[in-house]
Amino acid sequence: MSKLLGVLAFLTLTLTLTLPFLAHSFSPDHPTDRRVLVLLDDLAVKSSHSLFFKSLQSRGFELDFKLADDPKISLQRYGLYSYDALILFSPSVDRFGGSIDLAAILDFVDSGHDLIIAADTNASDLIRQIAVECGVDFDEDPGAMVIDHTSYAVSDTEGDHTVIASDDFIKSDVILGSEKIEAPVLFQGIGHAVNSENSLVLKVLSASPSAYSANPKSKLSNPPSLTGSAISLVSVVQARNNARVLISGSLSLFSDRFFRSKVQKAGSSKKHEKSSNEQFLTELSKWVFHERGHLKAVNVKHNRVGEADEPAMYRINDDLQYSVEIYEWHGQRWEPYVADDVQVQFYMMSPYVLKTLSTDQKGRYFTDFKVPDVYGVFQFKVEYQRLGYTSLSLSKQIPVRPFRHNEYERFIPAAYPYYGAAFSMMTGFFVFTVVHLYNK
Amino acid sequence: MVGKSEPLNGTATAKTGQSPSPSPPPATPMSDLLGNFSFKTLKLKTKQQELLIRVSILCLVYVLAFITRLFSVLRYESMIHEFDPYFNYRTTLYLTEKGFYEFWNWFDSESWYPLGRIIGGTLYPGLMVTAAIIYWALRFLSFAVHIREVCVLTAPFFASNTTIVAYFFGKEIWDTGAGLVAAALIAICPGYISRSVAGSYDNEGVAIFALLLTFYLFVKAVNTGSLAWALGSALGYFYMVSAWGGYIFIINLIPLYVLVLLITGRYSMRLYVAYNCTYILGMLLAMQIRFVGFQHVQSGEHMAAMGVFFLMQVFYFLDYVKHLLSDSKMFQAFLRITVTCAVAVGGVALGVGTASGYISPWTGRFYSLLDPTYAKDHIPIIASVSEHQPTAWSSFMFDFHILLFLFPAGLYFCFKRLSDATIFIVMYGLTSMYFAGVMVRLILVATPAVCLISAIAVSATIKNLTQLARAKDKVSQTGSAKGASSTKGSSKGSIDQSQPFQRNGAFALLFGAFYLLSKYATHCTWVTSEAYSSPSIVLAARGAHGNRVIFDDYREAYFWLRQNTPPDAKVMSWWDYGYQITAMGNRTVIVDNNTWNNTHIATVGRAMSSYEDEAYDIMRSLDVDYVLVVFGGVTGYSSDDINKFLWMVRIGGGVFPVIKEPDYLVNGEYRVDKGAAPKMLNCLMYKLSYYRFGEMTTEYGKPPGYDRARGVEIGNKDIKLEYLEEAFTTSNWIVRIYKVKPPNNRW
Repeated sequence: MSKLLGVLAFLTLTLTLTLPFLAHSFSPDHPTDRRVLVLLDDLAVKSSHSLFFKSLQSRGFELDFKLADDPKISLQRYGLYSYDALILFSPSVDRFGGSIDLAAILDFVDSGHDLIIAADTNASDLIRQIAVECGVDFDEDPGAMVIDHTSYAVSDTEGDHTVIASDDFIKSDVILGSEKIEAPVLFQGIGHAVNSENSLVLKVLSASPSAYSANPKSKLSNPPSLTGSAISLVSVVQARNNARVLISGSLSLFSDRFFRSKVQKAGSSKKHEKSSNEQFLTELSKWVFHERGHLKAVNVKHNRVGEADEPAMYRINDDLQYSVEIYEWHGQRWEPYVADDVQVQFYMMSPYVLKTLSTDQKGRYFTDFKVPDVYGVFQFKVEYQRLGYTSLSLSKQIPVRPFRHNEYERFIPAAYPYYGAAFSMMTGFFVFTVVHLYNK
Repeated sequence: MVGKSEPLNGTATAKTGQSPSPSPPPATPMSDLLGNFSFKTLKLKTKQQELLIRVSILCLVYVLAFITRLFSVLRYESMIHEFDPYFNYRTTLYLTEKGFYEFWNWFDSESWYPLGRIIGGTLYPGLMVTAAIIYWALRFLSFAVHIREVCVLTAPFFASNTTIVAYFFGKEIWDTGAGLVAAALIAICPGYISRSVAGSYDNEGVAIFALLLTFYLFVKAVNTGSLAWALGSALGYFYMVSAWGGYIFIINLIPLYVLVLLITGRYSMRLYVAYNCTYILGMLLAMQIRFVGFQHVQSGEHMAAMGVFFLMQVFYFLDYVKHLLSDSKMFQAFLRITVTCAVAVGGVALGVGTASGYISPWTGRFYSLLDPTYAKDHIPIIASVSEHQPTAWSSFMFDFHILLFLFPAGLYFCFKRLSDATIFIVMYGLTSMYFAGVMVRLILVATPAVCLISAIAVSATIKNLTQLARAKDKVSQTGSAKGASSTKGSSKGSIDQSQPFQRNGAFALLFGAFYLLSKYATHCTWVTSEAYSSPSIVLAARGAHGNRVIFDDYREAYFWLRQNTPPDAKVMSWWDYGYQITAMGNRTVIVDNNTWNNTHIATVGRAMSSYEDEAYDIMRSLDVDYVLVVFGGVTGYSSDDINKFLWMVRIGGGVFPVIKEPDYLVNGEYRVDKGAAPKMLNCLMYKLSYYRFGEMTTEYGKPPGYDRARGVEIGNKDIKLEYLEEAFTTSNWIVRIYKVKPPNNRW
């Protein structure tokens, strides 16, 4: 009984532990209804970038525009977060107003909320610091911009080639949507490098190999610190708790001007009527705000073959069934997630069993296998990490015991000689005793 | 047999925790005896008087053995002591709650995470089953006792029973007088008390009883040649095997003894019956214990017994042939051939068995028993245990007191009156004294032998002296009460050497003997109350004003774990505390005191002696949630983790060569102050022990961060933890618990 309770307690615990991973900031049933705080340097940005904001509002987000140095702003009220996401369109702010500071923003992310940061040239130390904490280092020269003399956007005036037409996207339908982005994206701003120690940050939009980062107004005296495709223009981070962060080196990337602009990449004869900024950012914001690429795993079940209830403990060489249901969020509702590469491990310090789960195409993944001939405390582990998707990391502890004393096979053929020897000995002894005693 | 039934009643009274006084039957004559102190008025014959005194002495000894072990309960409380007893208590609890079959098949997933431990197959169940049977019996008799009380008092109860066995053993090898003295000596001998005070619920508590019982019954069987006694000896051996791994001493000592008898030409039919019956039945019975299994036929340690068994058959056969052959010359030739063949066959069988792997070679533990230096070089995990250290002279003195001097005297008497029985006790005494010198804890095994042999010395001396004292005084019939206990064999009545002052000298010597014995009693009581009654889970110290200060930090920490951590949390600590954490904290541990998996312990040792980031990877791979360290720097408690740390390094380095002992030493010296090795100052154990300690003033007039256990100012006062955070520190800082942080969210 107590063992059962223990398992129940354990299950509850596993659920409470995994729940934040599955559904953090919003209710797991209807995540679209979200409140977003937008912090601006200047309220003019609200109108100059209205297309981007409108696209968000049209998708059901409540945007709350505030000046970054507004003394009344705060992310929390009475210990609860008032917002589900934060957009920082305030590249030059040195200090936020109200109770927001670097630690508050990082706590906001660490408690599972999303963040969009747009930096720009002359980005403040505060913005840089937030980016550093997310694994992204902006060029240290405050006046630096990304310059590209081969793939700049052709414009009427021969500029300094800081408006870049970039089309080096990450290859992921989950992050950028299934529709192909035809036209290049216009970018003008500061470049950044991805910290190689951080395994969670991804380059979504990279600069071309001929790009470099330097101050266009001064003469280039030293070799630039950031060059080529090491420069990332737009990066995303999916934290371990599945909070998503978008970091862009350009605020004008989001602007109406770039959204509407015609674009022609230098060296290319093809003229696009409209840049892809709108498509790129709409799709990317869908991903950042968890409208896409969000998985949940529910109904983890395991039992012996032929039984329905989950046992508190398995025995070695038991046949067991394992199943889990995985759903993907499609903006409006949860739909079955279909893949053929979900694997389960039966793990004790190293995987003893590693099996790919079969699926019924309705979200249920299942398999059956034999418990290895090893006792110990095992875990059912599903570690599903795919580019763009939230990571599924399920683990469920289950002890495996050896045979009980009465579970071994009773009569094995190899033992018959011994049985024979024992019984013939007994008979012989009896006969011998009788003969010895009564035969004088 | 009369003496045996009455003390059992006396035990039942004492067991229930009521006033430990002798039971009514012997008490009635006793009160009469006190009322008008004269045997004549009772109109008893000498034999009856003697019996009465003997029984009363035994009853008193029985009660004394019990109550002298209750100091710990009176000083502290009725609690389980030390480390291993907590495991025994936990398993007994499980046994009484779930029944025997669940216990027998218990797979414990809470220890040795993630490997688990098959409890039923890796313990000696004798102690738990004994305690459970006592518990069930008391329950059946409507005594509503808690299982903990039963466990606390099991060891004293069995110590009392041991005194009875010692009496019969002494009677068997010498006479009743020696038996009585042996019972009295063993009742209060510190060497035995150290392992059998109330609360010391360990295997040894019942095993010494079983050991002595087996030996007694075997000697009895050899003396009588009776199958029944041999069967009794086999059963005693079975109980011993079920209770303690020390049975290996029996299964080697008895064959050795038989071999000595064979060599000295003392082979007899009695010996043949006794040994064969004991060995065969004992072996078959011992195989029923899961932990022992087939070792009796498959392990090198048990092969001596089997070899002697076959040798006995050869002797029997030779006897038979001698009976057939009348020609002694032919028999000599036959003897030579047979013995050579038998030894050759035995040698070949052993060689083939060992080579084919059927017979396992001697284990390291066995080697370390024979050779005191073996463990230090090869098995650090054995050498790291303080009770496995070679014994210092002072502890012999401490544990045996005058017995140490009486022991050689007793040997002298044994050699003077050599018989099968005295040969046995001599061999038992000599071998166990050797082992007691090899390991501190084996003083326990030597104690019964030392007590018995000393008892022979005391008894024989006093008997001789009283005879001298009474020799010239034959006319006056004032037999002293003390002399009455040894009046049985008064055959040596001829005192004709008319030395001057002989009688006075005898009186002086008698007085000296009583003085020594009373000193022994004082010493034993003092040692018991001062040294051996501390539970070591609760520490006591003297405060500045001479008052007692109690440090209850261990239980505070374990209760914190129980109340504040998730039920499936895994706690990493050095293995010493594993049993206590599972028993009291009810949390899963990585390693515990059952040191069956050296690699797992070495992994923990490696984590403790690595830098924090390396340790973090190890801890993540073991799913560790909490780390527990024991720290004595504030209280001056010296057996803490920093003082054990070099063993962690050695054990860790034994498996993982990246850990090197010299990295933690400066010029071969172990220090924690400013001059300590850089790796020492930054390893996980140092950081966890001294975290926030640098800002604390422990002693007036000393700088902050002054470590009272080692008497130095620590070398690294500015300790930052990156991957762990302090979760709990007990009021006297003895136990510190840290939580392992989850991996960084954004990295």
